[in-house]
Parts: sequence; structure tokens; C-alpha cells
Amino acid sequence: MTTNKRQNAPAIIPSELTTLDPQERAQLRKQALWRVRLRLMGQSLHANWRLFTENPIGLIGLSIIVFYGCLALAHPLLMGRVWSPSIYHPVTGFNPLLAHPSPPSAQHWLGTDPFGRDILSQLMYSTSSEFILGMVAALLTVTIGTAIGAIAAYYGGWVDTLFMRLADLVITLPSLVLLIVLSGIFELNLPRLAIIIGILSGFGGTTIIIKSQALTIKVRTYVEAARVAGGSHAHIIMRHIIPNLLPLTFLYMMFTVTDAIFAEAVLSYFGLLNVRMSWGMMIYTTQSTGYLLNMETWWLIVPSGLSITLLCAAFYLVGRAMDEVINPRLRKR
Amino acid sequence: MFRFIIRRLMQIMLTFLLFLALSYVLIEAMPGDFANVFLQDSKLTLEQRNAIRASLGLDRPPQERFFIYMGALLRGDLGISFQYYPRRVIDVIVERAPRTLMLFISSTVVSFYVGFFAGKVLAWRRGRVLEYVTTVGGVTLYTVFTPWFGLMMIWLFAFTLGWFPIGKFITPSVWRRAPVEANLVFNWMLLTALGISVLIVVWLWLTRRMDGRRRGVARWAGVGALLVAVLAVWLPSGLGRYALNILHHLALPILTLTLISFAGTMLLTRNSMLETLREDYITTARAKGLPDHVIRDKHAARNAMLPVVTSLVFSLAFALSGGVITEGVFSWPGMGEVLLQSAVTQDIPMMMGALIFTGIFALLAHLVADILYAFLDPRIRYA
Repeated sequence: MTTNKRQNAPAIIPSELTTLDPQERAQLRKQALWRVRLRLMGQSLHANWRLFTENPIGLIGLSIIVFYGCLALAHPLLMGRVWSPSIYHPVTGFNPLLAHPSPPSAQHWLGTDPFGRDILSQLMYSTSSEFILGMVAALLTVTIGTAIGAIAAYYGGWVDTLFMRLADLVITLPSLVLLIVLSGIFELNLPRLAIIIGILSGFGGTTIIIKSQALTIKVRTYVEAARVAGGSHAHIIMRHIIPNLLPLTFLYMMFTVTDAIFAEAVLSYFGLLNVRMSWGMMIYTTQSTGYLLNMETWWLIVPSGLSITLLCAAFYLVGRAMDEVINPRLRKR
Repeated sequence: MFRFIIRRLMQIMLTFLLFLALSYVLIEAMPGDFANVFLQDSKLTLEQRNAIRASLGLDRPPQERFFIYMGALLRGDLGISFQYYPRRVIDVIVERAPRTLMLFISSTVVSFYVGFFAGKVLAWRRGRVLEYVTTVGGVTLYTVFTPWFGLMMIWLFAFTLGWFPIGKFITPSVWRRAPVEANLVFNWMLLTALGISVLIVVWLWLTRRMDGRRRGVARWAGVGALLVAVLAVWLPSGLGRYALNILHHLALPILTLTLISFAGTMLLTRNSMLETLREDYITTARAKGLPDHVIRDKHAARNAMLPVVTSLVFSLAFALSGGVITEGVFSWPGMGEVLLQSAVTQDIPMMMGALIFTGIFALLAHLVADILYAFLDPRIRYA
């Protein structure tokens, strides 16, 4: 009995079940439930991956992300085996044989900064922290945004009003000025910045969008059916509303990553962030040593500026391509 | 609908009060106060700094100051700025707000126009190389690291090519003998721009029922006549060259902001167009044998405009808070710069004043966008 009831509950993607022919469905019934789910999930993942790869925009974004991922992974290996830490360390390294800042050469592929540190090493060292920052902020955002969005849409009434006005409050505060004020109140480092951005974005703009999507799910017939069948509020929210919100939340994860990397860069650029090395920090170093508008020393500012732009754009492009996978009205067929 | 608006207005007032309190608490929570700005000056003794503190009322407990501030606010008194002493906060805002509004409203309108046009074409030519190149390029500009991009633009157009001045609002050498203040000229420019836009919209609306070729001619002639009339008023007034100087300073920031933000509108329009293109009436229009550009511009683009218009209203509303970064890079003396400076120097009255204006604007805009949505799309109704 329980198995049967669970069968009627939403499998991962309900439409996948209905497309199977009766014979195959009968066969599926005999297997263990988790196996069926795993297989269906695999199928839908495969279908979605096919849709995603049809779009070159997503592939461009993905390849940029993979490229930077490789950079991040390669840095510890290079430091351990190839580069001597006294010369190539991103923060304390110094090459005594050159006048600094020195242009790109065989020894320093992207040149050195005014303090004699290798730019390529700084760039690669910072990549992993940018990734972690983006991921933590994005995970926090979607967790908060999805939970609040689903609850506000499902219960409506004063719960909805409370959270929506809270969202108004958050988006009314100019975020950059808020971060500057917060950096005065306590020391901002990367984990704290990730948490603050995650909370701000989770209670602010993302919630509003996720809630409006949850409203359209709430009125679907399968939610009604679950209610008639005696499903509790928690059950309906956890098993019916949130799983159907997940594609959209995944999309907004991508946009939050972009926001987080951008915010880190801007705050470091203003010199308000307590980090040892980051892409924004590299631009700040260029600015504070007076090389900012000197285009003859382009290698000081172009690698970091371009990296921030490219990685932000990559996550945004992947988000855009995912939008076309998620939203059937945007598909080609 | 009426009840919905009333209820939302009540909620907005409550949210606004909370917003004020939260802002005040946050500013107070920063360590130090305005007197610390003078720490650099070694001649200033501790007693003198304490005297500054006492004269600004900073020696009283924060909660007491908050209630004094709120009481004054209810009487319509925004107080006196610390850093621009002895100017009143309201005067500083009246001086700065038009500059920010001009910069951000014009760049928002231009980027929406460009974005809408590009998005329309993009959706129509789906799957071509053009689409991918434009999307990747647009998104790269959209997510570009703004300070870096701003500096690159200054370096290229102002420093190397010398087409535009490097930052700032006016050129002092031109203005030395000017008969009037820059702000007066600027406010007249703002009014002119506003007047022109209203008249153009009215003219387009009046000519909407004309057919085909005649309408095109009438529209262009009307807009041309309007521009000539504006020039005819401005040139003999003797203020023309001053206005031109300001416009010259305005051009590069507007260009930069447009390049940065058009992709947002472009992608929004594209998605909205793609959804519209699946509708039955597009198939009908094709079956009727209508030319492609008619289907695209009249049947699809107009119906795809709804989310774009709503998003335009939203962007316009946030124009007042401006861009802290853009204004910083171009040293444009607007609201964003005031906000940043008052946050850094802990100029409490100035910061609260600026936040009050941007906050009211943003909260009301949210309401207007909601109402507009229901007004433009008959399927949405508020109970």
C-alpha cells in the first residue's frame, strides 16, 4: 500500500512516467523504488544535457568555467613541483633578478606586479577562492530563497506579506553602500562576504522571483490531488512544490555566483576586504601603486579585469542556456 | 484594485519606517564618528575633537539622537550635513539629484531602446551565428567589471583619442565667466529633455492612426521640427555653449552605461519574443502572407513588450540611487557619490537624507510596477 501511494507521488519528473508504454511501466513496478527513481533521473538528466548542448552559448560558458577550474586545480601542483615558492608565491614571492613591474617573459608569463610578485601565480591562486565564494553564496541564496518562496506562496496571507515586505526592505537598501557600511562594523573576509551576499540575495530579489513561480505551481492539479489525498502541509511543500522549483533555483544560483564574484572584486577594489589575494585585490594593488591609467603596464590590470569579466559572464551564459532547457516555451521545437 | 493600492500604501509606510530605523542603526553601529575624519590633523587636540563632537550632538546616546532625528524629520527638517557644513541636506540633494537623474534616466532609456531593437532581431534570427556572437558579446559587457571597463573607456575615448573630457561635470575654464550657475543651466536642460520626450510621445500617439508612408513622414517631420524649435530657443539665449559643455561631459558616461546595460533588455526581449512567436496569431499572420517585418514589428514585438516595459519602470525608479561605481569612476558629482562619501565619513544626516529619497522612490516604484503589470496584462488581477 505504501509503495503504491509513493508511486503516485511525484516521481522526479512526472511527465517522464507517462511517456513510458504500459509494458515498461509494469516492469518498472517490479523493481525497487530507488532504482526506478535513479533510472528516471538519469534519463531526464540525459535529455536535459542533450538540450543544453544544442545551444553553443551554454557550451561557451561551460568551457570558460572548466578552463578556470583547471587553473585553480593546477596552482597547488605548480607550486609544489615547478615553481619555487620564494619567487612564485602569490603574496610573498619576489624575483630579485628583474626590475619590477616587469613585462611578460618566459619566466613570468604574465609579468610581475610592482612588488615583484608573479601575476599568473596570483591569478591562479585567486581562482579557487572566487569559485568557493560564488558557490557558498549561491547555495545559501537558493536555500533561503526556495524555502521562503515556497512557504510564502503556499500559505499566503500574512506570512506572504511579511516576507515580501522584508524583500522590499532588502532591495531598497543600496547593496554596495550597505556592504561598505558593514565592512566598517566588522572585518569582512571571504567567508563572511559569501554569507552576507547569500543572505541579502536570498531574502531579496531571488525570493520574489521564486515565490511568483511557486504561486503558479501551487494551483496545479497535482498539488490539489495531494491535498485531497491527505498530504500534510510539510509534505506538499517538500515533495511537490520544492522539487518543481528546483530548476528555477538552479538558474538563480548561476546569477548569484556572478553577483558574488562581482561584489568581491568591487569591495577589494575599494580596499575594504580583508583578503590576502584576489582578482579585485590585484586591481587594487595596481591602483594603489599608481599604475592604473598607465597602459604601458597593461599586464598589471588586464589579466585580473578580464578574468572577473569572463568568469562572471560564463556563469551568466550557463544560466541563460539553462533557462532554455527549463522553460519549454523557449525551446526550438 | 483600489483596496489593493490602499493596503500596499499602508505596508509601504511601515516598511519605510523599518527601513529608516535599520539604516540609522547600521550607520550608528560603525565604529568611530564624524570627528574621526580630523584624526589626520595632528594639530587638533582631543579637547577640540570632543568640542566638535558636542557641537554636532554626537556626545548624546544614539537612541536619543534617533528620536530627535525622527522628530525633526516629521517636521520636514532633514538637518544640516556634516561634511558640507553649513549646507542643509535638502539643498545638497536638490543640487545632486538632477545630475544623477539626467545621467541614469537617459542611459536607461537609450539602453532599453537599443536592447529592445537588438532583442527583436535576435529572436527573429534565432540559431544564426549573429545571435551567438551578439549574446556572448552582450553578456560579457553586461557582467563586465565596471570600474575596469569605465577606466578602459576613459583611457580609449578621453585619454588616447581625446574625444571626450576626462570625468567631472563641467570644464572650469569655459565656465569662469558664465553669467549663471551650472545647476540652473542643468535644470533647464533636464526640463527641456523632459518636455521633448513628452511631446514626442504625444506626437507619436496622435499620428498612430495615419497609414503607412504618410505616418512615417509625419513622425519624422514632427520630431525634426521639435528639435529645431529647441535649438532655436537655446542658441540665442547665450547659454547654448554652457549646455553643450555639460552634454560633452555627459556623453561618455551615458555611452559606457548603455554598453553595460543593454544586454539585460536584449535578453529579456528575446525570450519574451520567442514566447510570443509561438502564439496562434503569428501563424495566422504568416498564413495571410504578411511581410516578415510587419509580423515581427507589429504582431510579435508589440505583444512581447509587456515584461520589457515593466522592467523599464523598475530601472527608472532605481535611477535616483545611481551607480556608486560609475559615478566614482567618472567623478560625476551625483547622488551615488554623496552616498559613498557620507558612508565613508559617517555623515549621518546626509546619508539618511539620501537614503530617504532613494528609499521612497524604490518602494513606490515597486508598487507602480505591480499596478502597471495588472493594467497592461488583463489576465493579472489583484483581489
